[in-house]
Amino acid sequence: MDKTGNEATIGINTKFLEFIRGFGLPRFIIAGFLLILFIMAPFVGADFATQITNTINRFSWNAVMVLAMVPMVHSGCGLNFGLPLGIISGLLGATLSIEFGFTGATSFVMAAAIATPFALLLGGGYGWLLNKIKGGEMMIATYVGFSSVSLMCMMWLLLPYRSPTMVWGMAGKGLRTTISLEGFYDKVLANFLRINIGNLSIPVGSLLFFATLAFLMWSFLHTKTGTAMTAVGSNPVFARASGINVDKMRALSVLMSTWLSAIGILVYEQGFGFIQLYMGPFFMALPAVSAILIGGASVNKASIANVVIGTFLFQGLVTMTPTVMNSMIHMDMSEVIRVVVSNGMILYALTRKTEAKT
Amino acid sequence: MKSKKNPFLELIQNNSVPIMFIIICAVCIPISGFSPGYLLNEIITRMGRNTFLILSLLIPIMAGMGLNFGMTLGAMAGQIALILVADWQIWGIPGIILAMIISIPISLLLGLFCGKMLNMAKGREMITSYIISYFINGLYQLVVLYMMGPIIPIIHTSIKLPRGYGIRNTVSLLNMRQHLDNLLAIRIGGAKIPVLTFLVIAMLCLFIILFRKTKLGQDMRAVGQDMDVARNAGIKVERTRIVSIIMSTVFAGLGMIIYLQNMGNIATYSSHSQIGMFCIAALLVGGASVERASIGNVFLGVTLFHLMFIVAPSTGAKITGDSMIGEYFRVFVSYGIITVALVMYEAKKRMAKSKAGKMLEDAQGKGEGN
Repeated sequence: MDKTGNEATIGINTKFLEFIRGFGLPRFIIAGFLLILFIMAPFVGADFATQITNTINRFSWNAVMVLAMVPMVHSGCGLNFGLPLGIISGLLGATLSIEFGFTGATSFVMAAAIATPFALLLGGGYGWLLNKIKGGEMMIATYVGFSSVSLMCMMWLLLPYRSPTMVWGMAGKGLRTTISLEGFYDKVLANFLRINIGNLSIPVGSLLFFATLAFLMWSFLHTKTGTAMTAVGSNPVFARASGINVDKMRALSVLMSTWLSAIGILVYEQGFGFIQLYMGPFFMALPAVSAILIGGASVNKASIANVVIGTFLFQGLVTMTPTVMNSMIHMDMSEVIRVVVSNGMILYALTRKTEAKT
Repeated sequence: MKSKKNPFLELIQNNSVPIMFIIICAVCIPISGFSPGYLLNEIITRMGRNTFLILSLLIPIMAGMGLNFGMTLGAMAGQIALILVADWQIWGIPGIILAMIISIPISLLLGLFCGKMLNMAKGREMITSYIISYFINGLYQLVVLYMMGPIIPIIHTSIKLPRGYGIRNTVSLLNMRQHLDNLLAIRIGGAKIPVLTFLVIAMLCLFIILFRKTKLGQDMRAVGQDMDVARNAGIKVERTRIVSIIMSTVFAGLGMIIYLQNMGNIATYSSHSQIGMFCIAALLVGGASVERASIGNVFLGVTLFHLMFIVAPSTGAKITGDSMIGEYFRVFVSYGIITVALVMYEAKKRMAKSKAGKMLEDAQGKGEGN
């Protein structure tokens, strides 16, 4: 308390440096960059309320898919690059629900209900596979995702879908690349309890839906099973010694992750308003992975806070850069910035020495 | 235990992937309805086009770093070099050679970056090199889309975007197209054999064979076997690994130039993105695995994989009446084959580990018994 001013500044300086070190330099840069974007936005003529609305909107679309990363990180399976597998179960649920003639809010519920058995089936197989190849999860997850997406590309053409809203008009068969959800579950969560204040519009329903899932996940992680899962992730040998079935825990985490990504894509679709088939799910894993990493997670540690912060920062970056950069330098560099930032973040997480132990 | 196994069965087991592909091709070729002459011609063209690129994957496998998904970095270096050469209007063989020379320093730098990163992520090289390829792709776009024009002078409007900076989606290499292939080419019954390209490929093969026998090559194999043992034997493990990645990147850059001079144009923003996947899939189809690959695998793989590539779309169209099915099928096969190879590699690694553990246990048990 009786430090001189000089010592106090040094103390603050080292504290600040420690904070940055703990926070991670890339994260710090991204947060700073976003802050600058928010400050710059009014000066370049972008409406602040609209910007916030866009960011929150995109947050509500993506948050569940980012949440899907959490269980597998906890059980030590690493980042779930196999997210497309869960997305495919979600897409099957969505298309089948429309095919069976459900409309409005029911179609969303039915889509989730139909997607669930697919997610459990695919997730079960996926979990079994990942238990066979411990240590190499992330690479194989990536390629499991890719091969399942390309397999489904054929299936979308071959499966006997007949609903005229979904198939190609001319041929009368084969699903379209994008299917509009108007009349089905377009914005069904977002419009629930939506708050509009001037230009600011908050999709309360979507946020509540995410909050419920996040809370369930949080409480699960604090149950006995959840704690056991975390133990498996942090020290499998110790976990086995204390009588936890390691393989079962890992399989359960994969199952949860797959199911959450199936629900996640449905939430994404209801916000976006379209179902994207074929190569659509192909690159969906990378943004979700980098979002949770930006939020402060690492290859073997993740919390709900990481999900919320990370999704907000990442989606903020995605929505803010085009508008602000465009009006500042008349160049749309947002795509390049997004690619560099998201992959740079994953690269940073993968190359941290302390985490490279397997 | 294993010595009792039927040697014929073992042969089939060890080469299951190529055999499966031979069967796929054998079924597809008659259905597709292509003439053998056409197929032969296509295969020879594609062999000349792709083999050099695939050969660039061999060295990192030797050093135990797995499949180098970062070969895309070399491809990008090659493309930047070709764009510059095309802008300077240096065509034909001199243009190709100049592009190769320019690509080398760029590949060196990128390879150095990739190698350093991979040294920080030992044990997860493949996923890291895979993410590096995306990361550098972002930087590549930054250079080609924004810096070419204002910072790196680009003169010709034929390759510049109308807005004044950045490169067009396709850069024509018409005046360079197949110059390397046509020089010294021999025609046998309608099939053109690009002798010079094959000579270049043969030179690289020879280089790889000789390189394996040098001190550095031996070091790489030692590092690939066991990093700790190699370090104890006085080998600079980190340096050796970086060198292997740099060599791979440089060869990939040269290979990309050979590839693009055959194609005759550059798809500026997409040519490189798929090349890594197709090259790796081809190598695996040839019977290679993550830890073992030979030059024979490369040639067998390039033949079988591209045979499948040629016949799949029309076979799919003949069977289902939809040409897209075949297109998707070949993409699926490429990804599927990589997935299977990766799973087999990891499962084997794990089995070896548990076997070693069991042996240790047995030895300890015996020790106690005595």
